Amino acid sequence: MSAASIKESSATTPASEAPLLVVNDLKTYFKTDRGLVRAVDGVSFTLERGRTLGVVGESGSGKTVLSRSIMGLLPKRDVERSGSVKFEGVELVGADTSLMVEYWGDQMAMVFQDPMTSLNPVMRVGKQITEGLRQHLDISKDHANQTALALLSSVGIPEPERRLRQYPHEMSGGMRQRVMIAIAIACGPKLLFADEPTTALDVTVQAQILDLLQTQQRDRYMAMILVTHDLGVVAGRTDEIAVMYAGKVVEKAPTKVLFSNLRHPYTEALLSSIPKISDPSHTRLKTIGGRPPNLINPPSGCKFSPRCAYATDKCRTEEPPLSAPDSDGHQFSCWFPVELSAKQTAGVR
Amino acid sequence: MRDPLPDHGEELIHLMHDSEARSDVPADSVTQQFAAVSAGTVKAKRKGLPLGAWIAIGWMAILILAAILAPVLPIPDPINDANPLKAAQGPTLDHIFGLDGNGRDVFSRIIWGARNSLFIAFAAVITGFLIGGALGLISGYFKGRIGGVLGAITDILLAFPQLVLALAVVSFLGRTVFNVTMALAIVSIPILARITRASALSWSERDFVTAARAQGAGHIRTMLREILPNVLPAMLSIALLGIAVAIVAEASLSLVGAGVKPDVTTWGNVIFSGQAYIRDAPSMVLFPSMVIFFTVYALNYLGDVLRATFDVRESAL
Repeated sequence: MSAASIKESSATTPASEAPLLVVNDLKTYFKTDRGLVRAVDGVSFTLERGRTLGVVGESGSGKTVLSRSIMGLLPKRDVERSGSVKFEGVELVGADTSLMVEYWGDQMAMVFQDPMTSLNPVMRVGKQITEGLRQHLDISKDHANQTALALLSSVGIPEPERRLRQYPHEMSGGMRQRVMIAIAIACGPKLLFADEPTTALDVTVQAQILDLLQTQQRDRYMAMILVTHDLGVVAGRTDEIAVMYAGKVVEKAPTKVLFSNLRHPYTEALLSSIPKISDPSHTRLKTIGGRPPNLINPPSGCKFSPRCAYATDKCRTEEPPLSAPDSDGHQFSCWFPVELSAKQTAGVR
Repeated sequence: MRDPLPDHGEELIHLMHDSEARSDVPADSVTQQFAAVSAGTVKAKRKGLPLGAWIAIGWMAILILAAILAPVLPIPDPINDANPLKAAQGPTLDHIFGLDGNGRDVFSRIIWGARNSLFIAFAAVITGFLIGGALGLISGYFKGRIGGVLGAITDILLAFPQLVLALAVVSFLGRTVFNVTMALAIVSIPILARITRASALSWSERDFVTAARAQGAGHIRTMLREILPNVLPAMLSIALLGIAVAIVAEASLSLVGAGVKPDVTTWGNVIFSGQAYIRDAPSMVLFPSMVIFFTVYALNYLGDVLRATFDVRESAL
């Protein structure tokens, strides 16, 4: 959501003093032997409770690192994290791990990409759900078990009593992801990260899991950050979308505005690379030429320019800033944005 | 490339709705069935222990039982029931393993020796298991400075000639059961630390560890609840090998005269007292050596079986 529309919405909800999550110029660099990897390079956004932000980008665009960096889950060694992440007004960048442990699971939680590896193989599913409950909520074992049972049925798992006593390997991928969601929402977090929650799942199960996330997010009035490489996933399920490229947000707009009036050539390329069911068979899949940029020695100018069909000399030398939000709350960083570029080219030059 | 894009967006939204309608519950129930089938095969594989494993378990059970029951078994005293007139006698019906240089019953001495030798080996490895396991778990989990320092300590201990280290400890502190146990514990600490560290390193990289952290689990809880149970099979299989090594090491210490004092019956001391007679009465050395051989072989074999079982489970994940 743009700064302008945030002001409106926070004015209409007088109960909340500060927005739930304010990320300002967040940078996350990894020190490697080959150089500094700028995985997240100055990302800013604001998220209110009950809203969903979609973060979209290719592999290596920094979207996963962004969510882990906000949550403070990255290792401390060889990681430079700067900027600001304010959760209900509390600064989390540089916060002590002992403070973060209070937030993790209780205030903010994460659903991971691969449910096959994100559950402990030697612990019963029930135990894995009650662990967090008992730590954060200080409730009895019986109470925790009852809650776990209720959680499992709320995420659509049949026969929850039996499932509680099972090990992860006795469940399918879709089941496990439901369990992961149950674990994540167990303590009633205000902010839920879903890091490519359906990438590792069968196509048939993906929609179910996304629907489940959406209903839980609405029912529990959580803020959700949905990270994905698939614009189709975020299309009907988010309030706002941020498109990331090379660690930066290149376009950000309310979902409807983005799909009806996209401006950045990268967003356009992403969208046209999704195969359409209406295409005749054997239609060649459109891809984005070239490879994601090297984050150690990024290209000069606009980071997307080497792969951009419309790139000019200006694009290759000067980096376009993220524009101020327009009346729709639409921001983008491009010298020659899609569609309007023809009209504006003369003016810009 | 520059065709009007808004259409795609709406199409996509429709597309998503379509797939929702198509894929309701059945998909999951099918995958469930698959999971049930694969779980069944895994269970079937894990159920059957090979015959050799049962023989090994049987041998160890008999040995441990005999060691525990030694005081009530109808066997001669291993130290005091000496009959010098019949010294160095071969196997007879009365003394199936023969008599040693002082005319003491070798069979009885082996059983009493099992009591002490097994105690020393188990106690040493359990100590090594606890200390080495803790060191390995911590250094595998905290990869930073702590891990580096603990890893270096482990490597230094491993690089030491182990028998010499044990020999030095016993020579300086005295030849008591406690000191020999501690000497062997010091030897087993780095071995267990090393294997635990290696295993903990790989397990702590797993997503479910990050997931547990993201649920607010502290470091200690993460180590003990998430990593340790996964590392345990590897630790146990090495510990079994460690017990075998400790049994041999105890015997070796006795042979070089640095083991427990001869008035305590251990397998090492039984062999030591027979080595002078090895040409005339080889049974005095042969029988205790065979008992050690079978015990060490059984423990090694069980360690391998444990590791194989553990590998099956890991591949089933």
